[in-house]
Amino acid sequence: MTEMTLVEAINQALMYEMQADASIVVMGEDIGKNGGVFRATVGLLERFGIERVRDTPLSENMIGGLAVGMAMAGLKPVAEFQFMGFMYPAMNQIINHAARMRNRTRGKLHCPLVIRAPYGCGIHAPEHHSESTESLFAHIPGLRVVIPSTPARAYGLLLAAMRDPDPVIFLEPARLYRWAKQAVPDDGVALPLDKCFILRQGTDVTLVSWGSLMRETLAVADTLAANGIAAEVIDVATLKPLDLPTILASVAKTGRCVIIHEAPFSGGIGADISAAIAEQGLLSLQAPVQRVTGYDTIVPYAKLEKYYLPDETRIMAAVERVMA
Amino acid sequence: MKIVANYEIPFYQYLDEQSIPAADAPALMQDTNHLIRLYQQMVISRTLDNKAVALQRTGKLGTYPSTRGQEAVFVGMGDALTDADIFIPYYRDTATLMQHGVPAADILLFWGGDERGNLFADADKNYPYSVPIGSQLLYAAGVATANKIRKTNKAVLVTCGDGATSQGDFYEAMNVAGIWQLPLVFVVNNNQWAISIPRTAQSAAQTLAQKGIAAGIACEQVDGNDVIAVQARVAVALQKARDNQTATVLEMLCYRQADHTTADDAGRYETAGVREKEWQKEPVGRLQNYLEKQGVLMPETISVINAAAVTVVEEAVTEYLAATPDQPTAMFDHLYAKLPAAYAAQYAELKMINSFARNG
Repeated sequence: MTEMTLVEAINQALMYEMQADASIVVMGEDIGKNGGVFRATVGLLERFGIERVRDTPLSENMIGGLAVGMAMAGLKPVAEFQFMGFMYPAMNQIINHAARMRNRTRGKLHCPLVIRAPYGCGIHAPEHHSESTESLFAHIPGLRVVIPSTPARAYGLLLAAMRDPDPVIFLEPARLYRWAKQAVPDDGVALPLDKCFILRQGTDVTLVSWGSLMRETLAVADTLAANGIAAEVIDVATLKPLDLPTILASVAKTGRCVIIHEAPFSGGIGADISAAIAEQGLLSLQAPVQRVTGYDTIVPYAKLEKYYLPDETRIMAAVERVMA
Repeated sequence: MKIVANYEIPFYQYLDEQSIPAADAPALMQDTNHLIRLYQQMVISRTLDNKAVALQRTGKLGTYPSTRGQEAVFVGMGDALTDADIFIPYYRDTATLMQHGVPAADILLFWGGDERGNLFADADKNYPYSVPIGSQLLYAAGVATANKIRKTNKAVLVTCGDGATSQGDFYEAMNVAGIWQLPLVFVVNNNQWAISIPRTAQSAAQTLAQKGIAAGIACEQVDGNDVIAVQARVAVALQKARDNQTATVLEMLCYRQADHTTADDAGRYETAGVREKEWQKEPVGRLQNYLEKQGVLMPETISVINAAAVTVVEEAVTEYLAATPDQPTAMFDHLYAKLPAAYAAQYAELKMINSFARNG
């Protein structure tokens, strides 16, 4: 079985589903001949042709609107935005129409679309190429927000997103696009949405994270294991709607929880998780919940970004606080 | 230096302010039965509009945007649309929707604050209202793209007001319609006002139609008080969309003979006397004068048409006022195809509160 990177797994999922479902149309800027700025759409144009693999004019607001219209009119658009920081012009279409059309028309029209974008810092890119603002979308009723953290989950979750009848914001950790290879069978099997994945079973502390910081979170779990501490590691994967029961059950077992995310502290989804634990799991806690997050600052340019992104040292310090 | 491109914007008017037909008028000008149907539809539109404003003033309807003085634009479009065409409205298009199959009671239900007023929505015929200004132009381009890909040969008609032409959406939608040769007709209802901002403060462009030049699509101005010109030019544009898969932008010139909505007071910004002066051009009287001069519209016929319009409107009002409110849980029922498990607690809470409220 071929081992592949996360971005190659995205490509494999797109290939699989375009073959299986003739209503899928992939579109975005430079996604045709160029194969996308990260090469996620390489080979699609050659295989499926220009009707279904559409390079668009350079207008993100327009891409959002096209996706909404195409979805309502019987197609399943999968729109690529080159970076999460360039999705904002399309917020009007995503929030005001994609998320609301089913409710507005009491189910007569709906928007089965997928919006894909790389997110997160650590790739030494210019300003606006390093955003982790998933909370903006997770706040919106009617949307799903999904973030994979491995090639296999990228494949399975993207298939699920493309098969979902509602709009899905699918954010891909740019820092992990080519980080590690994994065997990803091209079996067309989707993974469940709206479910956390328990990556490690443990009894001493629950580590909750998603996306690119799963890498550091798992490294910390390894270090803890070497020191005789069994961490339970949860990849949240679907940020909207949140699978709180899985997290609460884990914390009920371990009594300790550290939430790790790249997005800024205030208004981050870690706050929702922490609040849910306080509301529903307080009596099982042995220590206050800790959050390790990006700072409440603008993501710095390349030279300082390593100071912004939570690293193993910061995560370990938080674990030590809850274990103390 | 040399001139590399030249452009012209045609203006179409077939029945002028004195109800005199133009020499180049289309066959419609002589089709009495068709013209009487257009007249009837404009009368129904104005009757419903007067009633809707009265309902709002008496607390029986929510904020409502009047269509007064703009009947020719909406009725002309509605008449030109065929059942096979797709209509994507902004929010003032009452008459067009009615002619394209939407019950008047649904229209009142929507403005009365009930999502079920959008139940007419149908991917093959009418899309729901769009409130964020200009945003419908972009998804209309998406609908046209999907229909082109699916080879349905359907034409898409989308509308906006003059204010919406200041949004990037207007240009972005025309731009992609030009490049992708979309079967899409844009109609700008230039009623001279975007709430309090006059047309002259919206753009320095001589016409709004000319904005289509930048996108490489056909563009023209039409007298929006002349229902014959509106009907004829929209019909031509729709036919071009169906046959040639090309886009057109039509700027309809008319005048908003009302406040922006019932929540607005144009007295704060509209110069006194302008509305009355513009009324000399209004569309219903213009067509009526023509038909009377032709000897095909008698006073007794006008009475019958007026009475029939009142009946249509009263029936719709009765149906609207009799509608019982939707279940409160409806706000959850159509949020997703299947309500995610994460919503279970909120749903249960609303259901419980609702049952307490009903049981007193």
